[in-house]
Amino acid sequence: MKEKTTDKKGSFLSPFKAVNYLFKKPRTLRYPFEPKEPALRYRGFHLNDWEKCTGCGNCADICPNEAIKMVEIPEIEPKPGEKNDRPKLDYGRCCFCGLCVDICPAGSLRLSRDYFHIHFDTDTFAFFPKDEKTDKEHFLGSEQYSILKASLAHRKENYEGFTSDLEYSLFEPQRVSMPEVPPDERKLSFIEQIIGYSKEEAKAEASRCLECKLCEEACPAHLKISDYIKAIYEDNPGESLKKIFEDNPIPSICGRICMKHCETACSLSIRGEALAVRWLKRFAADSIKDYKTALELRAAERTGKKIAVIGAGPSGLSIAHFLTLKGHNVVVFDSLPGGGGMVRVGPPLYRLPIEAIDKDVNYIASLGVEFRFNTTIGKDILFEDILKEYDAIYLGVGTTASRSTKVKNIDRAHLALPFLQANKIGSGTKVGKEIIVIGGGNVAMDVAREALRLQYMQHPGEKVITKTVSLEDWDEMPATKEEIEDAKAEGIQFNPGWGPKEVKVEDSRIKGLLCVKVKLVFDEQGRFSPTFYEEKQMFLEGDMIIEAIGQAPDFSFIPEKLFEKLQFTAQRKVKVDDNGMTTIPRVFAGGDIVNQNLDAVTAIADAKIATEGIHKMLSGR
Amino acid sequence: LNMNLSSKMSSSPRELELYFGPQHLGMVGNFSITLKVEGDRILEAQANPGYLHRGFEKLMEYRTWIQNFPMVCRINVVEPDSMEMVYAMAVEKLAQIEVPERAHFIRSIYLELARVASHLFGLWAYANMLGFDTVAQWAMYHRDLILDLFEELTGGRVYHIYIWPGGVRRDFPPGFKDKIVNTLHSIGGCVPDYDSTFFNNRLFYDRSKGIGQLTLEQAKQWGATGQTLRATGMPYDIRKIEPYAAYDKVDWDVPVREDGDAYSRVWVIRDEMIESVHMIFKLLDAMPEGPVYNRIPNPFKWKVPRGDVYVRCESSRGELGLYLVSDGGDKPYRVHFRTPSYPHGLIILEKLLENASIADVGNIMISLYVVAPEIDR
Repeated sequence: MKEKTTDKKGSFLSPFKAVNYLFKKPRTLRYPFEPKEPALRYRGFHLNDWEKCTGCGNCADICPNEAIKMVEIPEIEPKPGEKNDRPKLDYGRCCFCGLCVDICPAGSLRLSRDYFHIHFDTDTFAFFPKDEKTDKEHFLGSEQYSILKASLAHRKENYEGFTSDLEYSLFEPQRVSMPEVPPDERKLSFIEQIIGYSKEEAKAEASRCLECKLCEEACPAHLKISDYIKAIYEDNPGESLKKIFEDNPIPSICGRICMKHCETACSLSIRGEALAVRWLKRFAADSIKDYKTALELRAAERTGKKIAVIGAGPSGLSIAHFLTLKGHNVVVFDSLPGGGGMVRVGPPLYRLPIEAIDKDVNYIASLGVEFRFNTTIGKDILFEDILKEYDAIYLGVGTTASRSTKVKNIDRAHLALPFLQANKIGSGTKVGKEIIVIGGGNVAMDVAREALRLQYMQHPGEKVITKTVSLEDWDEMPATKEEIEDAKAEGIQFNPGWGPKEVKVEDSRIKGLLCVKVKLVFDEQGRFSPTFYEEKQMFLEGDMIIEAIGQAPDFSFIPEKLFEKLQFTAQRKVKVDDNGMTTIPRVFAGGDIVNQNLDAVTAIADAKIATEGIHKMLSGR
Repeated sequence: LNMNLSSKMSSSPRELELYFGPQHLGMVGNFSITLKVEGDRILEAQANPGYLHRGFEKLMEYRTWIQNFPMVCRINVVEPDSMEMVYAMAVEKLAQIEVPERAHFIRSIYLELARVASHLFGLWAYANMLGFDTVAQWAMYHRDLILDLFEELTGGRVYHIYIWPGGVRRDFPPGFKDKIVNTLHSIGGCVPDYDSTFFNNRLFYDRSKGIGQLTLEQAKQWGATGQTLRATGMPYDIRKIEPYAAYDKVDWDVPVREDGDAYSRVWVIRDEMIESVHMIFKLLDAMPEGPVYNRIPNPFKWKVPRGDVYVRCESSRGELGLYLVSDGGDKPYRVHFRTPSYPHGLIILEKLLENASIADVGNIMISLYVVAPEIDR
């Protein structure tokens, strides 16, 4: 069109051509008799599935107009790790941009194709969006729906418009993958499986956090997760560590073996992969060589009070740290040669190396905590003496006795804890070529994977097999999915849904395990009470059997007179009050002997409660 | 008309001060002009913007990078899309975000659809002003067909909120390519009707020829861009001289006219619409498959690196520029828009109205294609 166009003056008569349009049908819709159907992606009023909504509040945070407010709905019983807040929309402010839809991690918030609302009362323009699933009254089928009555309280059902699409979401559903030693390589030695994030990887992973803080509610110890993740994102691991230490003084341990209740609650996990909170904590702990200079924590003025902590496990270490900072003198007793308690002997080296434990323990010792290792209460020092000598006692003894099935010849089998302990801090066990591990929990996975490594090391070049047998079927197995997947990848065989019946012994050698098919593991009340199909039997061959079916506490160190005073709950746990004190005065307790979760972070949470309780008692408040 | 007899302002007893707008049928929006007239002749004109001032540039300093994206489009109601484009371009340049190839094509197609819709709206305003109500209604109807396309693609009719940093917000829905082609064919089929009723109409010629005439020199000096400049003979188009999106991927021409009057400007608009439609067909043919969006960082943590950038694109009204400064934070430090309506609606309008007749005020103003919120941003 570069050439010059000439002016077209035209004729006065040419417009009359338009006259023939008079005889054509009108193009406009005769609304409302001819309704206009909005496009499938139309951005109209909101829909929110209240059952899927977690109350995370990301929609309210991103709204450029502050049109969304999170309001607590008391009638909703929040699921674990969720809130009973629900978004309230103000249509006087909303601009229908749909950013709230693209940020909604649950995908519960969508836009509908409705856009009618006429009302004299302006208050009706602020309302809680629901959908036909959660509000049957206001969402009507095509027979009852009339466009003439259309409003926020008279809407069409199945009229979804602009919806969330993971491909275009504003959050990243995929986790930065954690570099790991491959299964074929790692099963040959005790090399740590998880390599750890690099600085860039950690920053990228930290950048995924939406700061909704559902995790902080879910974490038993309520760590300030959102803050410490943000500090990692901002290239400040020192600040991150400070935030962690406010609630958890063993990040190097927890960064490896935490049961990560936070990641289960993470809003990103609903449709994608949870933020790798645990690995990020590990990154923060690992990237600071010297905690002391980074944290700059100073203990308060000395109070002169003395507290004995029995057990240097996660719970004992934590309370020692917290109480020392409050100015008390703390002495920690443990029968093991080093700190960590159950985490020192339990988790195999490929999950938790000793150096990682000692890093946390040494820091706590450097604050002035006195550790008396290799000291067994009741043998080297009497419980009564401690009670006399100290102002308060904290029991963090954990569950140190292995449970055993009571089947025939089971005395020939090994027990989980001694097996693990021997390999971690002792000389190691001689293993067979075909090992059967009884149990389906995380300890059973540790045992099986550790046994496999020992087999490869002790029988190089030979065919070795490790198999597990558990009462629970795949979907009931108490071990985490990750552990099961890792074990499978290393070649461990599984026999879920079978119960041990008898250990077959020939010529005083173990030949294998006779199993029966499980009918039900739990009874109607959900209690553990397995039933079997006696006629369905299976024989597992093997030359070594290890039992890993659970642990129990050992209170033999408490003299009988005092033990009579110690009360237990219906779940066979030590009964403590709101301050963490047991029914014996001045004796507090926490950890596996108190809580149901049986993990490190809940032990820390117990320690936090007892810290406040002991401090309150000792400062006379 | 709101006439005000004021003796103290006028030097001659025959001089009148006349307020044109903001409540005036011939006005382009929330905008007004104060005219000093003697008889039918305008002695002096003063444009009064500010009726729509909401402080967009300031507001944007208080919103995060992603929260600004539903905001920028509101600066130009008639064609919000090039606003989205220029903002996305600036952020992409500052944050070094790559855009997938297919997204470039979708952006160009979408921007050209927006150009056609905006020009049809302009044609409605111009034809309406001249009393060509039939043509005005046709233009409005055809614009609505394009809004239907936008609704289908983006979920919104007027504010599409579609181009965002990293690409576009959603891919084409199934069968959308055919829908574009069909809609554009049905609009294109009416071009002969438009021509015979309006563009080749003697009434249009007589009312617009020689009205509001600009020379190339004046146009350059006063900062004219877009149709206003191209109607004076200069083929100046950002899409050609500094191609963005997929404008360098297909062949197309810049329509130009020589005379610089209202007649030429309206003809350039017509030719541009036709050129845009041809360009959309070519782009649809050349469009590759693939992703349309590279995910931007988490909006709650997104910090754009420190720096400043000036980007520009060709909106339906002329050169649209954006100067964006980041201090490395989660919000822009400073935002400044160079909007084409600013020189057109303030400087050029005032100059062209001198010595014009009162009856031509609307004619000149609308042919300059001013959209008031662009001035008031």
